[in-house]
Amino acid sequence: MDFTFWDILRNLLLAARWTALLSLVAFIGGGLVGLGILLARVASRAWLRKCAALYIGLFQGTPLLMQLFLVFFGLPLIGVRIEPWSAAVIGLTLCASAFLAEIWRGGVEAIPLGQWDAAKSVGLHYVEEMRLVILPQAFAITRAPMVGFLVQLVKMTAVTSIIGFEELMRASNAINNATFEPFTVYGLVALIYFVMCFPLTRYARHLQSRTQN
Amino acid sequence: MSYALDFGWLNEALEPILQGALATIFLTAVTAVLGTICSILGAMAARSGSVALRGAIEAYVELIRNTPFLVQLFFIFFGLPSLGLRLDATVAAILAMTINLSAYGTEIVGAGLDAVSRGQREAGQALGLRPRLVFLKIVLPQALRVIFPALTSQVVIMMLESAVVSQIAVRELTYQADMLQARTFRAFETYLVVTGVYLGMSVVLRRLMVQGGRKLLAGGVS
Repeated sequence: MDFTFWDILRNLLLAARWTALLSLVAFIGGGLVGLGILLARVASRAWLRKCAALYIGLFQGTPLLMQLFLVFFGLPLIGVRIEPWSAAVIGLTLCASAFLAEIWRGGVEAIPLGQWDAAKSVGLHYVEEMRLVILPQAFAITRAPMVGFLVQLVKMTAVTSIIGFEELMRASNAINNATFEPFTVYGLVALIYFVMCFPLTRYARHLQSRTQN
Repeated sequence: MSYALDFGWLNEALEPILQGALATIFLTAVTAVLGTICSILGAMAARSGSVALRGAIEAYVELIRNTPFLVQLFFIFFGLPSLGLRLDATVAAILAMTINLSAYGTEIVGAGLDAVSRGQREAGQALGLRPRLVFLKIVLPQALRVIFPALTSQVVIMMLESAVVSQIAVRELTYQADMLQARTFRAFETYLVVTGVYLGMSVVLRRLMVQGGRKLLAGGVS
């Protein structure tokens, strides 16, 4: 079977949908889990803070590929059936949660202590203090690094091809094996990733310059 | 159902794990040195005043920073041979890692160069130092001291990302893990041990670089 240039491009673009979906799901999932990690990371109890710091350190100090392998081969051991898509989602979600929690921690620590005192003095208890005063400000300060991390996450999804998830990278390997045109295929793949990431990078930079001014 | 973790294979696996770890350290060390040099050259070129050069460096940095390392690696290893440039897997890995690290490094070093106040350069010139000496002896050491933590983080990230070069059969730590688990059928335990090795390596590497950097850069390099 012969592949024309357009066949290659069409198949790559179809696979790129999975890259986009995985990035989005992992970003949202990572945000939800990361919120929990963040709350532990800035909690008043020292052991909670330590556990959260350990969690973040583990994910930032080991290769993503190893994390994916551990999820992929580990969950079946405790009786959870798993296929590449769910392993990719779980692995990337956990990894993203660590990175996002660390980003947000920076935001929380940048908030002047007076804000905490003010929240307490108007009688807010912990949940409301976090929800109404601390977190909205922390999220607002860290919008640029959050978008920056989303770029990183899109690039991270390429590694899930190694555990067999059919996203852009894995599709490109299959197409390359069928066409023997690695220069064209991987060149196009790089271009597609670039088109996905570059606008986000620009947006992150825009947010960055706005917060600095 | 219950599953008992089994580490009985570990005795015989120590040697390949050690070999793999050494290979990963080798890749990282070579990349760190080459990448730092290229980053300094890149940052200098971007500030040389030549519009074309600056544009080229900016395009390179954006291109690398907005594409996955795995794609860059495959493009170099599988794509370049069709242009007649056939590379050994290890060379391709080092090339890809250096190109990747240098893109981030150029930005980091550039930020450091911009952070050195103009007065430093002017003072050097006033002493009659040649421009090259002003850069090497006055501006660069101060810039490196500012950016050393960021550069250290980037090198650690590169070491962790180097796990994917196992995909082009470079015999580093992840490749050895792949081979081991295929032999022992103990995939989870194998990757657990190797993940621990990576964690230890990243902690030690970070500490070594911070200490080494402090020693090397304290009081200005001369």
